[in-house]
Amino acid sequence: MPASAEPLLELTDLVTGYRLRSGIGRRGGEVRAVAGVSLTVRAGETVGLVGESGCGKSTIARTIVGLVRPSSGTVRFEGRDLAALSGKEMRRLRQEIQLVFQDPYASLNPRMTVAALIKEAWRIHPGLVPRERWDDEVRALLDRVGLRPEHAGRYPHQFSGGQRQRISIARALAVRPRLIVCDEAVSALDVSVRAQILNLLQDLQRDLGVAYLFISHDLGVVRHLCDQVAVMYLGKIVEIGSKESVYRDPSHPYTQALLSAAPSLDDWRGGERGEIVLTGDVPSPLDPPSGCRFRTRCWRAQERCRDEEPALVDRDTGHPVACHFPEPIPTAAGTGRLVKE
Amino acid sequence: MTNQAAPHLLAVEDLAVEFDTPQGPQRAVRGVSFEVGECETLAIVGESGSGKSVTAQTVMGLIPLRARVAGGRVVLEGRDVVGLSDREWRKLRGERIAMIFQDPLSALNPSLTVGYQIAEMFRRHRGMGRKDARRRAAELMDQVGIPDAARRLDDHPHRFSGGMRQRVMIAMALALDPLLLIADEPTTALDVTVQAQILRLLRERQRTDRLGMILISHDLGVVARAADRVAVMYAGRIVETGTVAEVYERPAHPYTLGLMRAVPTSRDGGAPLEAIEGQPPSLTDPPTGCSFHPRCPFARDVCRESDPEPRVLGPRRASACHFTEEVIANARER
Repeated sequence: MPASAEPLLELTDLVTGYRLRSGIGRRGGEVRAVAGVSLTVRAGETVGLVGESGCGKSTIARTIVGLVRPSSGTVRFEGRDLAALSGKEMRRLRQEIQLVFQDPYASLNPRMTVAALIKEAWRIHPGLVPRERWDDEVRALLDRVGLRPEHAGRYPHQFSGGQRQRISIARALAVRPRLIVCDEAVSALDVSVRAQILNLLQDLQRDLGVAYLFISHDLGVVRHLCDQVAVMYLGKIVEIGSKESVYRDPSHPYTQALLSAAPSLDDWRGGERGEIVLTGDVPSPLDPPSGCRFRTRCWRAQERCRDEEPALVDRDTGHPVACHFPEPIPTAAGTGRLVKE
Repeated sequence: MTNQAAPHLLAVEDLAVEFDTPQGPQRAVRGVSFEVGECETLAIVGESGSGKSVTAQTVMGLIPLRARVAGGRVVLEGRDVVGLSDREWRKLRGERIAMIFQDPLSALNPSLTVGYQIAEMFRRHRGMGRKDARRRAAELMDQVGIPDAARRLDDHPHRFSGGMRQRVMIAMALALDPLLLIADEPTTALDVTVQAQILRLLRERQRTDRLGMILISHDLGVVARAADRVAVMYAGRIVETGTVAEVYERPAHPYTLGLMRAVPTSRDGGAPLEAIEGQPPSLTDPPTGCSFHPRCPFARDVCRESDPEPRVLGPRRASACHFTEEVIANARER
């Protein structure tokens, strides 16, 4: 996918926390769900953000679209700092960045027809499509996402999960965004339907040049769709780079463990060989480990990892890695499958 | 059924399950047959609404509300268990056959400690005293990899992470040394790294306990990793069976082939996926003939008219498609 050099979205040292209320046996304070993240999405490209639950990936999505305020750091869109925008400018920006959620059951108003759901976007952002063109435009959008014109008059419950996700995408496209943030947008779909939606996302990018920030726990889907990949663990990016580089030379132990743990169609050939199985669970973001946040589950951890937080820099690894002891593990020729432990 | 010396642990024969709905009977399971042997994992794979969970629940004697067994047999250790009384089922469950679910929180009592709930199994079924049962519970929690088991006995379920809760469920399921374990999407709610831990644990326990296992999953990767044999379900029927190697290397049913090609792999280089067109059919008004025909690239007139019987392709290998040979040839081209 051709991506221009122009940065569309730029996160710099982003920290987003949630206030905790004090209660019985609990002190008040702040959970830093996102603890200093820098990330760039260029026009027309797809950046994948991968990580497990609680790593902060959804909080990043919520911060970008303005649902939560960052505690520090900046979010820039087309070069402008979101925090400095007036209400009017912010509204315009909300049109340029759209969000598609995992659960279209929850994000579509059940009392509105598909046509009304789409037209609502034009009511909120007037001047985008003249009212006399609304019906034509609805039809064009439905066609664009693979739905039929007669679907316009139906309600969300009359559709299957995949079709509902098509409606969500149509509604996002209605305001002609430059960036769509997809938060686990295909995770709830069945395999056969998921493939349809992935193909649709690719088609839309090719035809309309829209950029995606694609948030997912599924490494296979991210490899398929994305140009750049960032791997998150407990609020921080631990490894980032082009898809080719990260999947060919995964260098952070967490990325290696994720790749090794992700089930693939080829696993029947003997997936157990070279399998890295991490012990334990992700620590609480309330009380993250000192130094490197991954060290409590890392088989390479040494004393330095406890004392000193590793910076996210290129360490002769071809792309930035936040690990004191990065060690590429060879993968079977570009397959992302690890060949040794 | 094959004439093997050791009879199968479980044989399901021509099972049919129907739901009563305002729109008429919904045939959720239509003539499903399979066997599971000792120390063997059979995966039942399918998408939502394929009937895989209803099949598992029926085998377990947990027939969903408004559903009934409309035909067929479920033979556990040589005995048909369809229609057993609740009392008889209580003796079988836990002792002979056990189940774990996607969501352990809904299967654990939130107001009782984990130790109490596991110990209860030993007290009720084995007549153990409080102290012995508690000791056994701690041993079992240790065996399923719960760190600091003796201390965690007194914690309530909500104090455990998702992965640890699933370990507690596994401990309870294995407490009475069942012969058959049914795992219904056991790792679907878990993160990838925790999923790998649980799959490994299940595999280890299966080997040591010589368990037969039915793994219900929608995830072809999990099935590839964890199962010996696989049955692919679509719209209430098994459309293909075989060993995992047979089915994954050379799919013989167009639906299986379609599923395999719809999954992104390291080799696709980001090229568009070959998605299966359309949506799964309605179970109240299924298509005539083969239920997959409206979405099938191989479909011809005969597929609209007659529902194909399973074609035997080898020992315990079958595909229910009129054009099986063509599908195999097509799969081989890749």
